[in-house]
Amino acid sequence: MSLTFTLDGKTIPFTEGQTIIQAAGAAGVFIPHLCYHPEFKPHGSCKLCTVKVNGRHTASCTMRASAGMVVESETEEINAERRALTQMLFVEGNHFCPSCEKSGNCQLQATAYHLGMMSPHYDHFFPSRPVDASHPEVLLDFNRCILCSLCVRASRDVDGKNVFALSGRGIRTHLIVNAKSGQLGDTDFTLDDKAAQVCPVGVILKKRQGFAVPIGERKYDKAPISDTMTEGK
Amino acid sequence: MTAKNKLKVATTSLAGCFGCHMSFLDIDERLFTLLEHIEFDRSPLTDIKTCSPDCDIGIIEGGLCNAENVHVLREFRKNCKILIAMGACAINGGLPAQRNHLPLTTILEEVYHTSPGLANGMIPNDPELPLPLNKVHPIHEVVKIDYFIPGCPPSGDAIWKVLTDLLAGREPELGHGLMHYD
Repeated sequence: MSLTFTLDGKTIPFTEGQTIIQAAGAAGVFIPHLCYHPEFKPHGSCKLCTVKVNGRHTASCTMRASAGMVVESETEEINAERRALTQMLFVEGNHFCPSCEKSGNCQLQATAYHLGMMSPHYDHFFPSRPVDASHPEVLLDFNRCILCSLCVRASRDVDGKNVFALSGRGIRTHLIVNAKSGQLGDTDFTLDDKAAQVCPVGVILKKRQGFAVPIGERKYDKAPISDTMTEGK
Repeated sequence: MTAKNKLKVATTSLAGCFGCHMSFLDIDERLFTLLEHIEFDRSPLTDIKTCSPDCDIGIIEGGLCNAENVHVLREFRKNCKILIAMGACAINGGLPAQRNHLPLTTILEEVYHTSPGLANGMIPNDPELPLPLNKVHPIHEVVKIDYFIPGCPPSGDAIWKVLTDLLAGREPELGHGLMHYD
């Protein structure tokens, strides 16, 4: 017997051990997410992928699918919560899209578009987060960090280098570089690292190649994130 | 529509660059259609200096970087039924807010005292000059804003979409392609 659950009324097949977001992605259904990446162990921290399973909130990147589950995702209630989470991410950091070279290719921005975020709603923190330009090839702009930990996971689990870590607790959580000086230039980080490829926002940037693609031709100019982020595509 | 029941629209630029107003003019010949439904009140386009007490729509470009910006914003809120934040600076402080991680005194010192080429520089202190705020703020942090048109600047099409939605009594909505933060 084939295993299925329903997602917003649509029947989704899954295999044993798959999470809800994995099964949805394989079936071509987009669930908004930021810290989830199909190649990595889920982190379950951004909560953007929250769905209702049999009426209860849960993160779809950590919840295993099971037969007969009734899952709600694209409802006004859940999207309003996702929008509020996204607004909080925007005001906690310094996200000035017009001066960010990731603009147009940024998952945070594209997710905010998808959720119809017209304003940040909350008061801005305007935190002071100096950049790290010590590495010859890579710039770290912490202003845009959303603490998804993808670079932490990639550097530790794929590159075997442990260059990044999350430090501090609660609102003081921040991304750090594992070097005595705290500078990226004093690590063995290179552009070929997996960790250099996974940042969903504009923190880890290759130097000297900003704004290479003109406005109108960038990834999310062409199609909304919902059309580009399911696993089949 | 007769002149009598045309909607009154006021606009202003606070800590902005007038780029959003330029983009507003990019609706081109649709301005004529718009003018069948609205008349401009206080605006850089009319040079009227104060809002009539019965404005229907106020459109604000730019954030708040000094005391006069706050004064003008409050005047708009008092006199306009609907207030729209137009563009990145009004919505999140934008470029002027890039100074927010620096202490204001440090900035003034550098600009007027320690920059190379300044002789006997002094920080301007004329009572006519509005005092700068400690930090640049988006306008929704000071008054209630009803609608937002993101973009730096928003495209003429995005501004047109929001205004025509409002004129038609619809909730404004920007789909893919019109919604931009940059």
